[in-house]
Amino acid sequence: MNFKSFREYLSWLYYQYLLITGIYVLEPWEKSIFSSILFSAIGMVIYTSYVFVPIHVRLALEFFSGIFGGQSESTMALIN
Amino acid sequence: LLLEGINLKNVPGTGIASRQHKQESFEQAPMYVAVMTYLGFGIVTLFGYFRDFLRAVGLEKCNLAQERVEQKDFVPLYQDFENFYNRNLYMRVRDNWNRPVCSLPGPVFDLMERVSDDYNWTFRLTGRTLHNAINMGSYNYLGFAENNADFLKTVADKTQQYGVGVCSTRQEMGTLSIHEELEQLVASFLRVESSMTFGMGFATNSMNIPAIVGKGGLILSDELNHTSLILGARLSGATIRVFKHNNMHSLEKMLREAVCSGQPRTHRPWKKILIMVEGIYSMEGSVVRLSEIIALKKKYKAYLYLDEAHSIGAVGPSGRGVAELFNVNPADVDVMMGTFTKSFGAAGGYIAGKKELVDYLRSHSHSAVYASAMSPPVTEQILRAMKCIMGKDGSTEGIRRIRQLAENTRYFRARLKEMGFIIYGNDDSPVVPILLYMPGKVVAFAREMLERKIGVVVVGFPATPITEARARFCLSASHTRAMLNQVLRHMNEVGDNLCLKFSRLKYSSCPNLCDETDFELI
Repeated sequence: MNFKSFREYLSWLYYQYLLITGIYVLEPWEKSIFSSILFSAIGMVIYTSYVFVPIHVRLALEFFSGIFGGQSESTMALIN
Repeated sequence: LLLEGINLKNVPGTGIASRQHKQESFEQAPMYVAVMTYLGFGIVTLFGYFRDFLRAVGLEKCNLAQERVEQKDFVPLYQDFENFYNRNLYMRVRDNWNRPVCSLPGPVFDLMERVSDDYNWTFRLTGRTLHNAINMGSYNYLGFAENNADFLKTVADKTQQYGVGVCSTRQEMGTLSIHEELEQLVASFLRVESSMTFGMGFATNSMNIPAIVGKGGLILSDELNHTSLILGARLSGATIRVFKHNNMHSLEKMLREAVCSGQPRTHRPWKKILIMVEGIYSMEGSVVRLSEIIALKKKYKAYLYLDEAHSIGAVGPSGRGVAELFNVNPADVDVMMGTFTKSFGAAGGYIAGKKELVDYLRSHSHSAVYASAMSPPVTEQILRAMKCIMGKDGSTEGIRRIRQLAENTRYFRARLKEMGFIIYGNDDSPVVPILLYMPGKVVAFAREMLERKIGVVVVGFPATPITEARARFCLSASHTRAMLNQVLRHMNEVGDNLCLKFSRLKYSSCPNLCDETDFELI
């Protein structure tokens, strides 16, 4: 499909969003309620992942490197 | 070529039968489509509960029927699923159905424009008319819904001779000589002994099955049978068992079990076993496997009731229905039933078969005894249409229309499959269901096609399973190639806009040409 402008592409994407979630059949105020709930939920997920994912990843890496690091220390002890 | 998603029903048969069955496919859509369909229905259901809550609390006015305040302790009337669905889903989108047509329902028609100010609770007509919209929804298979004065001259003459109303039932004083003429013509058209006609197609099924089968009989009916057949079966009082759609193993298993075990508690043999099938199933576009069913019925000594509502006039080399398509002796089918609404442009139905059967129905059928007889102009319209198809009026118009319909069917189906839509059914059936699946897309499709001046029929739950909503196209012999090309072009654009091309198979672009040698001139 050829889109004359980026705005046309965006409006087609919005149309697809309406059709797939089924809110195309609802009244405008219901559409607004659903969209606001959905985007606030997505926003909260993004914020939580931004705040907590780096910390969790760092802790996980430390945990696993602790195991492997401990393993290599014990083999060194055995050899010695 | 991805073959795991399709359910190709290839049957090893002999000669013509196998060639007819080579192309009946019911492709399954990818998994994400099912997920999105359920998601769409789920969200709209949640909003339905929310709106019902607002109505119950009183924040919103209820526009539908409600119980009175004095009845609030009684059993609730409007809380079942059907009413919930009606209030919260159907009402939101019902501008796509019951559109008022203000012209002849031929290949093109005029629609009256109507708008709604309060989200489809009430409509008002603006006064404007949408002219020359292409009609892809009317059951006008051979194009006999026409208002050409030359063709309708005999109808006008008969109206002058007999009037319009019959003012009686068939049994009392309503059998006119024109009815006799029609019944003899129908019997010779179908190549059976005799036939009887009724004023209404739905009533032909629902009022005659109780006369044929009664308590102590067994009815084996296909899963996807029409409501009129189901209603007739229930009214008869016989035991009803349902076999899977077009599935001969399921039918044979049920027949064996019925013959071996007999009636439920007493184990006496069944008085009668009646297999009820349709020629073309209008929601799927699939064709019945007549030769196999006849083999089964002869083996297990059952009777066959064939409802050819959509297939009479529309399939077969000379338009005589599925019996001709499968080259089956018409005497093998015990009860042949059909309607005149679809291919003949009239109204009413017929039941044909052996003389004893039809004579019995003349006195024992509810429709014959209590319902009004067929109106004379309608009877004459059927007479002229049938004579045209048989070639008795001296021209080749009938055979031209049948060939045109077959060609239109093949072309349309091949092009749609090539574009990538999922189409159900046999390649010979003029009923073309296109699967749309999601509720939002069904509605958007109907509205967009109307904007492009094409009238389509979309069907959803409860006429189809909830995940398989579809648009149903009915082709006609009076559609020209230019009209079909216009429709296909618009379908292509709408299919791209709405992302409806779910098919994962690749079809070759040149259609099979070898089928044309099957036609024989009578």
